[in-house]
Amino acid sequence: MPADASPWPDLPAVAEFLYEEAALLDDWKLPEWHALFAPDGWYLVPNTFGDPYAPVEQSLYIIADDPHHVSERVKRLMKRSAHAEQPRSVTHRLIGNVRILGRDSAEMRVQSSFITHRTSQGVTDSFFGRHEYRLVLLAGALRIREKRTLLRTGSLRPQGRLSLIV
Amino acid sequence: MKPLLDITADRFRVSRAAYTDPAIYAAEQAAIFSRCWLFVGHESELAQPDAFATRRVGGRPILFLRDSQGAFRCFLNVCPHRGAQITRERSGKSRSFTCFYHGWTFDNAGTLRGMHEPHTYPEGFCQAGLHDLVPVPRFESYRGFHFLNFDPGAMSLRDYLGGACAYIDTIVDQAEGGMRVIGEAQEYSARANWKLLAENSVDIPHVTALHPTYLQLVATNSQGRMKRGEMPGYSLDLGHGHTVVERIATYGRPIAQWIESWGEEARVEIEAIYLRLVDKYGKERADRMAHCARNLLIFPNLVINDIMSVTIRSFQPVGPDGMEISAWALAPAEELGTPALGRRLTNFLEFLGPGGFATPDDVEALESCQRAARVAREAPWNDLSKGLSPGGDDQRGDTMSELPQRAFWRGWQAWLNQPGRAGDAG
Repeated sequence: MPADASPWPDLPAVAEFLYEEAALLDDWKLPEWHALFAPDGWYLVPNTFGDPYAPVEQSLYIIADDPHHVSERVKRLMKRSAHAEQPRSVTHRLIGNVRILGRDSAEMRVQSSFITHRTSQGVTDSFFGRHEYRLVLLAGALRIREKRTLLRTGSLRPQGRLSLIV
Repeated sequence: MKPLLDITADRFRVSRAAYTDPAIYAAEQAAIFSRCWLFVGHESELAQPDAFATRRVGGRPILFLRDSQGAFRCFLNVCPHRGAQITRERSGKSRSFTCFYHGWTFDNAGTLRGMHEPHTYPEGFCQAGLHDLVPVPRFESYRGFHFLNFDPGAMSLRDYLGGACAYIDTIVDQAEGGMRVIGEAQEYSARANWKLLAENSVDIPHVTALHPTYLQLVATNSQGRMKRGEMPGYSLDLGHGHTVVERIATYGRPIAQWIESWGEEARVEIEAIYLRLVDKYGKERADRMAHCARNLLIFPNLVINDIMSVTIRSFQPVGPDGMEISAWALAPAEELGTPALGRRLTNFLEFLGPGGFATPDDVEALESCQRAARVAREAPWNDLSKGLSPGGDDQRGDTMSELPQRAFWRGWQAWLNQPGRAGDAG
């Protein structure tokens, strides 16, 4: 889908977009979070080992959601039968180190660092690492074509699972 | 100690203390994790000579490698000198290993090749063979799956696997060019006793209650193929604590059950795979391979599930209330670089792993059981009577029976009750 010709937002505006994204996830407003995605948007969490950019159809990821699966993941997490997140965990996301890595007429590449704390059943786990975004402009608004979350936790041994969208 | 299993003609119950009691955990370490065959790794993880991988198996640090001649070997990852790990890398390629503490050096066949100031040792100390890397007592493989045993007097791996071999064959024989691990293992964990995951991995009755969100997802791509409650098939006690459930698959299978959302091109490919299986193995076996799913538990801590995708799962207890879980995706070598592998991996992630649409709910259920298991004194029993038929031998049941769990626990009890051999620690 071609992006329109609007000028790209500056760094503070991009950072604000990422803070807003984090706030929607903290507030469990997942359909609103999903609305930040372009219709062809992917959500990827590569394995903690191996090449984080390996083709999804040739390597085992932790999450490799195409647009259909992003939508299904959001639907799942909003249901009471998403048992891993019931009762819903309390989460807090800290976003920093926001950088614009590059832009051309179609796409802007942005990365941020994150720390997400998740508390459930009296246990607090921390997830941290780097989000890498491919952003596009659709009708003048920033939208996510790809969000790739590189966990820098070594493995998921301490946390056990990734039942939330970090 | 009070009995841990309560078995009568019409009841099968397990004491909740079995999931929490440190004394039982210690007994399992000696009677099970020091005597049973334990999965180490798949041959394809070490594709070339000189490749190595380290991991924890049965609580011990293990170095799994191929030497420069290409032979698979398995050592305790500890320096014979002062006990540091020989390597702290997760994996890599190396012809030799030098201990970083005092510099003893070994080739990848385990032979000591160099030590600091050998002339300062008493005469005769440096004799060949006395200070090599320590291999695990037993190391054998079956169809590409490598196992170790810490008991030098253990029965052979082939005898241990027994009836499970035929099911491993059914999975491995689907590939033309052998099976390969794809990418790296997913490494996650659960704050739960290891036996809860053994029970869960071969548990069909939980699917509709625990995984409705998975079933709803599959309904979006399998167009009603998933029919709740209809799972024609059977479960078997395979002896030694091994067990299997096999039934008609209600989802698409890369080998070889097409679903509409995969498209016409995939239909042609999958039909060709099916015909190749019929040609090679006959229609009956080909139908089982293509259209049936199987959950195979190899006692104590290995699961090979050939379901919507093939996964190897092993879990290492770390105390009575925790385990480390490793999950590998397995695929036929001929799928590498083809769209078929993409379908297989999508199927994997739709259900499996720490970010899947189902496995996180399993982890939550196991952790919930663990949190609640401290009631062992007041509410002592978990019930596993589903599908029990009084008077029967309980060796074969339907898919909705708790027979697999009973088979596991019968094996568990037999291993714990087996008298120790001379020299056993406990």
